[in-house]
Amino acid sequence: MLNRRNFLTAAVGVAAAGGLAACAKEDSSSSSSSSGGGGSKTITLGFSQVGSESGWRSANTDSVKSAAKEAGYKLQFSDAQQKQENQISAIRSYIQQKVDVIAFSPVVVTGWDAILKEAKAAKIPVVLTDRSVESDESLFVTLVGSDFTDEGRRAAKILEKVLDKAGHKGKVKIAQLEGTTGAAPAIERAKGFKEVMDAEHKDDWEIVVSQTGDFTRAGGKQVMAAFLQSNPDINVLYAHNDDMGLGAIQAIEAAGKKPGKDILIVTVDGVKDGFIAMSEGKINAIVECNPLLGPQLMEVVKKVHEGETVERWIKTEESDFMQDQAKDALPTRKY
Amino acid sequence: MTTTSRWRALTHHHLFWPVAVLIALLLVNVPFTPDFFSIRMTDGHLYGSLVSIVLFGSPLILVAVGMTLVIATGGIDLSVGAVVAITGALTCSYISDQADQNALSGVFLALGIGLVAAVLCGLWNGFLVARMGIQPIIATLIIMVAGRGVAQLITDGQIITINSEPYKLIGGGYWLTLPFSIFVVAAVVAVTVALTRRTALGLLVESVGGNAEASRLVGIRSVRIKIMVYMFCALCAGIAGLMISSNTSAADGNNAGLWIELDAILAVVIGGTSLLGGRFSIGGTVIGALVIQTLTTTIYTIGVPTQTNLVFKAVVVIVVCLLQSPKFRAKVFGAKGRAGTSAPAPAAPAADAAPKMEVSR
Repeated sequence: MLNRRNFLTAAVGVAAAGGLAACAKEDSSSSSSSSGGGGSKTITLGFSQVGSESGWRSANTDSVKSAAKEAGYKLQFSDAQQKQENQISAIRSYIQQKVDVIAFSPVVVTGWDAILKEAKAAKIPVVLTDRSVESDESLFVTLVGSDFTDEGRRAAKILEKVLDKAGHKGKVKIAQLEGTTGAAPAIERAKGFKEVMDAEHKDDWEIVVSQTGDFTRAGGKQVMAAFLQSNPDINVLYAHNDDMGLGAIQAIEAAGKKPGKDILIVTVDGVKDGFIAMSEGKINAIVECNPLLGPQLMEVVKKVHEGETVERWIKTEESDFMQDQAKDALPTRKY
Repeated sequence: MTTTSRWRALTHHHLFWPVAVLIALLLVNVPFTPDFFSIRMTDGHLYGSLVSIVLFGSPLILVAVGMTLVIATGGIDLSVGAVVAITGALTCSYISDQADQNALSGVFLALGIGLVAAVLCGLWNGFLVARMGIQPIIATLIIMVAGRGVAQLITDGQIITINSEPYKLIGGGYWLTLPFSIFVVAAVVAVTVALTRRTALGLLVESVGGNAEASRLVGIRSVRIKIMVYMFCALCAGIAGLMISSNTSAADGNNAGLWIELDAILAVVIGGTSLLGGRFSIGGTVIGALVIQTLTTTIYTIGVPTQTNLVFKAVVVIVVCLLQSPKFRAKVFGAKGRAGTSAPAPAAPAADAAPKMEVSR
């Protein structure tokens, strides 16, 4: 979910290093394709993952695998290592194996029409996870994934609570650390936040500075250090992901201020390190962006397989966490 | 007449334009941040914009200094960003495996492991370039691309967070009220300058860059010199990698040192070192790196909208590079002053010269 800009580079690197250049690795639990057209037999799900570029992504993979096991489905899993051609060949092999449902996290948004038409011709429903594609709507059944704009809105809402709890009075001067310029999560998390702010807090809230921290800790730290120089009166920080927030915390401490007290901090994502910082009182609230969509995916797969209609976009179940929930939630954080 | 000739000597000094740009950039900040130059004590260390610029600029200065020598031999090293990532990843993952992350012995061993890995990368680059005769841009591209994958392999694709006070000192800590990284940079720069300017080493590097074959024929071991500069460059990148990971107490295989090779090359060029090789200026590179870091900080403090960040940066860099070009200066600010060997100061500046520049003549 985080910095997707470099995934390709990284993947090429991994491939070159391991000498695995073009082969998608299939770890199928069984090579059989006998479970043809379903019926009352166990459902076979073909799942093509983007790769394993971040902690968020590996948590996502683990969630899908364990949920499939729990639901008793037969999972055909393949890792595309950031390459579209690997994903297409994996999906094509699922079609040949006549799996019951195909699910995948598209590595890019375009170029899927041909393979999706093949799936449709074979009457195999396709479910997208995490990211969407630009293609004819009739070619896939639904998308299971997060709503970044809503995450922005939720961040603004939870900031209200944080301000209440801190007993904050007077003007709220917000510094915003944006994600990678042009990335969907960065654009939409800013949009959602601004929406709520403009609608409900036009007079008392103000985003005084906003810059990209590239979704990284180093970026967050450096940008926040400059913010604190140019706008020493900042009292709220909204970071588009935990990592930038964690970097900013260090910059705030270096400036002799107390993160979580002098400057209230709201971040998005909910990775483990973020929760650790929150349990130490340095982050005030975290809006979760949940990679653990396995159970939801399995439910959708079941419905789709049974021919029920499902919504076009099934949003991931996500929660918001305040400081007092941090300690309890921390042990459950898997990524 | 003497004042003008002194002025001419000053403006023709090879560091004049980089320093002028640096000062101009620093001054730009003042209207936006009135106390830009103020430095105060906070928690027992100095705090202020200037301190931040040096602190965050330290890794870039180191990488750029190493890059300067490589470029002086007519080469280029694109792998420094990946070396930064690998060093940080190895060191942090070693420290994170320790039972006591604050134990000095463990931290020193981790530093050693990281730096040895960095030097090995440099050895590989140098081997490919000098022994195998592969174009430097291609040879170093290998580690640039593959190295980041290796770094991610080491960190398992995760960001490794560590909690080690001694390690934190290198890139994020303070010593004698100053950021510790300043001392590291000062030491590396001092050693480099001493080795290249107090011994014949600098001359040898320049002669290899000027003409490797001719150097070999007069008895200079150009292959060995080349391998050495690539190893030195990687070592500098390794130290920068330690700083970057130590500054945030975390190793991020995916993002640490990303694109730093381009910033470093830019810093070298701004500093007046020719990409063709054959001559170099360490002082110029340090100024060049500070210019880039100041530019970055300026963008954050004056509130350039995110979407136009890169355009702003590009415009400044283009201006700096043009000012660096003697040809451009001669064309725009009057050809006479430049061309004459001992000609008197130009009496009539070109009519179309910018007013600001008339003053500086």
